[in-house]
Amino acid sequence: MFDYGHFKFESKQALFDKAITYWNPDKTKFWQKAGIDLVIDRREGYCLYDMSGRRLIDLHLNGGTYNLGHRHPELVETLKGALDYFDMGNHWFPSVARAALAEQLITISPGMKYAVFAPGGAEAVDIAIKSARYATKRRKIVSIIKGYHGHSGLSVATGDDRFTKIFLADQPETFIQVPFNDIDAMEIALKGNDCAALIMETIPATYGFPMPKEGYLNACKALCEKYGAMYIADEVQTGLMRTGSMWGWQAYGIQPDIMVTAKGLSGGLYPISACLVNERTGQWLNEDGAAHISTSGGAELGCIVAHKVLEMLLRPETIANVHTVTEFFREGMQEMMQRHGDIFTGVRQRGVILGLEYNHPEGAVSVSRALYEHGIWAIFSSLDKRVLQWKPGVLLSAGMCQEILDRYDAAMPRARELLHAASKVN
Amino acid sequence: MSEVLLKVPDAALERGRMMIERARWGATKFQKLDRAATMRIVNAVAAAAHAKAQTYAEWAVRETGMGVVADKRMKNEACSKGLVELYAQEDFVSPRIDAGRKIVELQRPAGVLFALIPVTNPVATIYFKTLLALMTRNAIILSPHPGAKACCADAARSLMEAAKVAGAPDGIIQVLEEPNIPLIEKLMSDERIDLVIATGGPSVVKASYRSGNPALGVGPGNAPVLVDDSADLKLAAKRIVQSKAFDNSILCTNESVVLAFSTIADSLLAAMKAEGAHICSPEETEKLRKLLFTEHGFNTAMIGKDASIIASAAGFAVPKAKILVTPVTLIQPEEKLVREKLCPVLGFARVTHIDQAISAARSMMRLSGQGHSAAIHSKNEVNIMGFAAALPALRLAVNVGCSLGASGYETNLGPAMTIGTGFAGGSALSENLTPHHLVQVARIAYNKASSEAFGNFAGLDPLHLPKAAKSPVILAASTSDVDELRRELRKIILEELNAVLAA
Repeated sequence: MFDYGHFKFESKQALFDKAITYWNPDKTKFWQKAGIDLVIDRREGYCLYDMSGRRLIDLHLNGGTYNLGHRHPELVETLKGALDYFDMGNHWFPSVARAALAEQLITISPGMKYAVFAPGGAEAVDIAIKSARYATKRRKIVSIIKGYHGHSGLSVATGDDRFTKIFLADQPETFIQVPFNDIDAMEIALKGNDCAALIMETIPATYGFPMPKEGYLNACKALCEKYGAMYIADEVQTGLMRTGSMWGWQAYGIQPDIMVTAKGLSGGLYPISACLVNERTGQWLNEDGAAHISTSGGAELGCIVAHKVLEMLLRPETIANVHTVTEFFREGMQEMMQRHGDIFTGVRQRGVILGLEYNHPEGAVSVSRALYEHGIWAIFSSLDKRVLQWKPGVLLSAGMCQEILDRYDAAMPRARELLHAASKVN
Repeated sequence: MSEVLLKVPDAALERGRMMIERARWGATKFQKLDRAATMRIVNAVAAAAHAKAQTYAEWAVRETGMGVVADKRMKNEACSKGLVELYAQEDFVSPRIDAGRKIVELQRPAGVLFALIPVTNPVATIYFKTLLALMTRNAIILSPHPGAKACCADAARSLMEAAKVAGAPDGIIQVLEEPNIPLIEKLMSDERIDLVIATGGPSVVKASYRSGNPALGVGPGNAPVLVDDSADLKLAAKRIVQSKAFDNSILCTNESVVLAFSTIADSLLAAMKAEGAHICSPEETEKLRKLLFTEHGFNTAMIGKDASIIASAAGFAVPKAKILVTPVTLIQPEEKLVREKLCPVLGFARVTHIDQAISAARSMMRLSGQGHSAAIHSKNEVNIMGFAAALPALRLAVNVGCSLGASGYETNLGPAMTIGTGFAGGSALSENLTPHHLVQVARIAYNKASSEAFGNFAGLDPLHLPKAAKSPVILAASTSDVDELRRELRKIILEELNAVLAA
């Protein structure tokens, strides 16, 4: 019996049944078929516990939502303290929490002028697109094939067919897609001088973190300038120190006109995201500040948590830890490739963002399962299943990093076995 | 500004906890450095420390109002280059082979040290503990006494910088910039700390033992110094006065009470007077008793102050005195002047023979000073051994000032800013702290039967072992799949694969 006070479940199977009946049959069954029978119960630090009590080290982090770990005590204490005083607040009025967080975000984001808040990444991307359209008076938006910016009205239109066609949400005339790392294709898309913006994940996450080629992002930005389009940096997965800099665009030395941050900004505790705009793209905030409204955007509880998240990320100890964890996995994964080069063939890395490549079209699915059986939760890239997303948290300890590597090493024979079976089926 | 409206986490504590994780990373990497790399860091840090010995001596006196600049400089120098020279021939990194016992010892550093730094000897202790930690490849978090935080933090930062330039891993030297007692107690108790090294007042030392972590703490001193009738009185007087004046008696090894054989007591007093001691009248003695011992214990405002300042605070003027000698008759803890005094005030009492000297010394140490230090000026081995054997002190300094003798600078005990007071003094440490205390060993132990030969470990270094041959890839066989053709295929694939791997 699992008695959560508010509700009870007879067993894990009873939960699966209810999830299939009332929640999402396909998603529930998908994971069961994949051999991942995970129902996350307790969570703490960088660990998840399945309903069975089994411990898993989290290297998925929901795209960086749990960048600082699950339920970080300092963040929990922050939120609890805020709950004794604040609630979501009223979006119509200026608020101490929103003003303080906005100031903090603008202070750490050179070139940006205002912060507009939203409850999640997709809505923040919508704000970014709207701000670019406002500034340029153009409609077209360019994005990357296999890019990913969320599922709301405008953001979803920038993404993969899988997420648009089913809902008739594709808008091919105004949302143009070009291949990643292809600067010629980018120029063709932009040179009509009719694009409002290029939106770009600094490293495309759902695509398996292919690294931008040397100079690619800078060239894209230059093309934007040349053809009058705004550059929107989607920093949802690359921001908040995950590349070793506060924002990924800083690591690559480019200056966006607009940027979006979400996921980890919430500390994994209270949803919040932000779209930061520069002087030009933020001019609508002077003209009609109520042109965009969000009741839960910039909820004050979220602002207070986010403020603490940023403060924690800026500590010298955190910055040192990011660099150390980065170096640990750079060396560690090289070593793993030497040992398991027959299946594990490549590593893409920037900071604590890694994509691990396997020599099978669905290799990461098998490896994800083998790791799951060995106490690690890391997810494959939905848009490139050769690649496993490997996302260590910025506060990972020395002991846990070594444990992760030991478990990875131990899981490889099982991964080999699963891959072998998969190859036979093919 | 008024009260804080929200309950907020203690950011200093949270940052402190992050420092522990940073130190753990540092320690993990440090343990992968060999002796040459380790010594590069040690030497660079010692040189940087030595170069700033004077600067920090001045700063410490300025910030704490305690001690004497020249003496602090001497300690800073001894605890930087002096320390490294002393241990230069010792290796706390490489494996040791004991062929006779068929044992190989691998050095295993403690890991993350949490070091409490006293206000009395702040920078010298920063230097001392940091260098000991570095020699043994440990990471250290320095926790200064709040009264010396600025000089300590600055000194720690210069050591960090020097270490970094010499190739040290990040995080092996860190300092709490804004220490306070609750913060220190919480961090010290964090289970991720491997060892606490506590130098400070009894309360902080007790707290270190309560922390639940392994701790090396030290108890308070209260050293009796015996001068018998075989002593060279002139030399004894000179050494005692100099030692008592050294850094204004701020070392816990300083002389507390002179026990003089009555046959030589007057001559000794005269000789001490000639060396710059002021022998107090009964009235002056009473004034000092009242000044130094309040109802809350020792008057901390007088710690490490000049003799002349203490005298004027007590209400009499002796502008040129190096130390103040207060004759007493009762040598029992109820006489306050025979308790520990971290200032240049020295008790003086007469004893008729060695047995009375012993009981007097034992009596004064009953309240404070157990397991700490004592001194004797004598040429009589029977007296020396009798005194040493009977006293609850773990070191007896002979014919040398106790301040620098018991602390190992002017004896061969090894210079230390942390003086173990042993079981008697509530400590797990009985010696002066050395690098040996910060490293343990893992032992490779062979079958002792002569039929089993000991291995040849010469030249083997755990940090640079030859790589094992790459293990061949084994493709798992699935149970349903047993036919000959597939087995043959697998064999061919395997051979190909291993050939590629071996290439």
